[in-house]
Amino acid sequence: MTHSQPTNGSSVIVISGLVKQFGRFAALRGISAEFSPGNLYVILGDNGAGKTTLLRTFAGLARPTRGKVILLGTHDLSSVSAQIGYMAHPSLLYDELSGMENLRYFGRLYGIEGDQRCADAIRKVHLDPSLARPVGQYSQGMRQRMSLARALLHDPGILLLDEPFSNVDACSASEMVNLLGTIRDAGKTLFVVTHQAALLDGVADEFVLMGAGKIVSRPLERPLLEGAPR
Amino acid sequence: MKKAFPILAILTAALLGYAFYEAMFVAPTDQMQGDVYRIIYYHVPSGWTMFVFFFTNFIASIVYLIRRNPKADAVAVAAAEVGLVFCTVVLVTGPLWARPVWGIWWTWDWRLTSTLVLWLIYASYLILRRFSTGGQTPVLAAALAVFGALDMPLVYFSIWFFRTQHPQPVVGGGGSIDPSMLRVWMISWAAFLCFGWLVFWLRYRLEIFKREVEETHSLEAMLEEPRFR
Amino acid sequence: MSSFWAITSATLAKDLRLEWRSKDAINSMLFFALLVVVIFSFSFDPTAEESRHIAGGLVWVAFLFAAVVALNQTWAREMRNAVLDAYRVSPAPANPLFLAKAFGNFIFVSIIQALMTPLFTVFYNLRPLGPAWQLIPVAILGSWALVVNGTFFAAMSLHTRSREIMLPILLFPFSIPALVAMVQATNTILTGQDSAKFWIVLLLTYDVVFTVACLLLFETVLDAE
Repeated sequence: MTHSQPTNGSSVIVISGLVKQFGRFAALRGISAEFSPGNLYVILGDNGAGKTTLLRTFAGLARPTRGKVILLGTHDLSSVSAQIGYMAHPSLLYDELSGMENLRYFGRLYGIEGDQRCADAIRKVHLDPSLARPVGQYSQGMRQRMSLARALLHDPGILLLDEPFSNVDACSASEMVNLLGTIRDAGKTLFVVTHQAALLDGVADEFVLMGAGKIVSRPLERPLLEGAPR
Repeated sequence: MKKAFPILAILTAALLGYAFYEAMFVAPTDQMQGDVYRIIYYHVPSGWTMFVFFFTNFIASIVYLIRRNPKADAVAVAAAEVGLVFCTVVLVTGPLWARPVWGIWWTWDWRLTSTLVLWLIYASYLILRRFSTGGQTPVLAAALAVFGALDMPLVYFSIWFFRTQHPQPVVGGGGSIDPSMLRVWMISWAAFLCFGWLVFWLRYRLEIFKREVEETHSLEAMLEEPRFR
Repeated sequence: MSSFWAITSATLAKDLRLEWRSKDAINSMLFFALLVVVIFSFSFDPTAEESRHIAGGLVWVAFLFAAVVALNQTWAREMRNAVLDAYRVSPAPANPLFLAKAFGNFIFVSIIQALMTPLFTVFYNLRPLGPAWQLIPVAILGSWALVVNGTFFAAMSLHTRSREIMLPILLFPFSIPALVAMVQATNTILTGQDSAKFWIVLLLTYDVVFTVACLLLFETVLDAE
């Protein structure tokens, strides 16, 4: 399955003057940035810095109050939604269904028929496709991995991952990191919001440091003082 | 416009006073009902005014859905609120008039009933506006206003057929409308429209101001340096 | 277009499977409707002749209340774990989701009707004097009328505070013409005094108008924020 990669040099995502308000609270306070294809970006920052909101505007779930998001060269985010894989803080899975049943349903939304690709996606995150247990009875770590499998299912060009490693044990987390590295090497663009940036040492291409609704800096090395920019 | 407001207010007050004079002293007394019928000069023009405002709400909602213009939404809120007030006036003056004339406060006559349903629909519209959170209010409200406009013909139709199967009270007065009555009606309606428009205008301005204040607050929040937690 | 129906049927199948496993909606609906029937039979103690005139109202009000219970659960399932977001980020259009939910609710309400109608018939000693087969289109069109707007308004109330109470506040006033039509149709068929055709046509009009309106506006409401 190949997806048209954006031509080299052009950006996968361009944002300009991005503002997102929730009532009187401004979650994003005028961000302009460009992101190149084939990179793994790690988004860091305090709680409330606007990381999740930024991912949600990329995914088209949050409409910017002001400013623009251009994704793969278009304003119309719904036209490129097949190119976006989104993993949120909640699992985005039905607790009463098994992992396979979940993926089978979400596959249909992307026009994916048959079980083969669903099973592949589940194996990629080191889970067993034949597991009949409903997702509600999974451990937190397993659920996170299944959630990642759901985001990977349609082989998107852009992956938006919100805290993929929370509550995942160290061993599974490093497996997930390896997987993300492989995906990046296949030419996909990844955005990972995390508090555990150290896990991504050696895989991350660039760190995006956010503070109070703005991008503070974009170092190539992991900033040692993680968290609040001071 | 700001300066014109007191002048318009005085003109409206004068027009309302004149309409009152016409309705109470100039219009002929009804042969059957006596002076009680004069409430008609408040009841009927209120009904017409109500329709004007509900229709305004509908148009503004359509415009909002297409253009996403916040001003259209402000018009929709103001029109719905003023319309609902006039609808309430209709529903209150109706029974006040019905009691001495028909001997009952309320009857499930089709016009009364459908006005009540109209009132319920717009009340639910305003409740939705109040209960929906954050920025989605205008969209949801506009969609509901469209549903309301689609519902009204069905309401009238169903209730008309429903109620004509039952005996109807005879509307007092009867016969053709006296031209002098029609004249007073029109004067009254003009006065009510002016009054309604004035209130609507104030409400619209208030809504715009409210949004400007919110805008300013959020701009300030964006400009001021973040305090570190 | 084929993917439209594929997504609709996949979503419907998924919802039915979820309902089969949890049985949240159907159980509470059934019990609620049963309670309404029992309460009504305590409140009114009619003879067979009288009950023919009021049964239409009783039956439909009971179904309306029961439908609200199911409708409120429709979207609750999608809110848990924010699964609705997974649908919204996918390229699937919004309307299949709406149709699947409406069909699902229609099935629930139909099951309730199938189980409740015998109960009502027994409790109220009903025997239609008019053409009984006409009750079937009335039931189908009437349920769809409640369900199509109910599903839409339930989606609307997702974005509101105290959403459980918001649904009836929106649904009841807007359903009045449909309610009048289904009650009148049922009563005319039961008493056999008149033709129910007019009311069936009115119900059909209501259904068509609001199905179209829901499909036109659902995406707007789903993406409202």
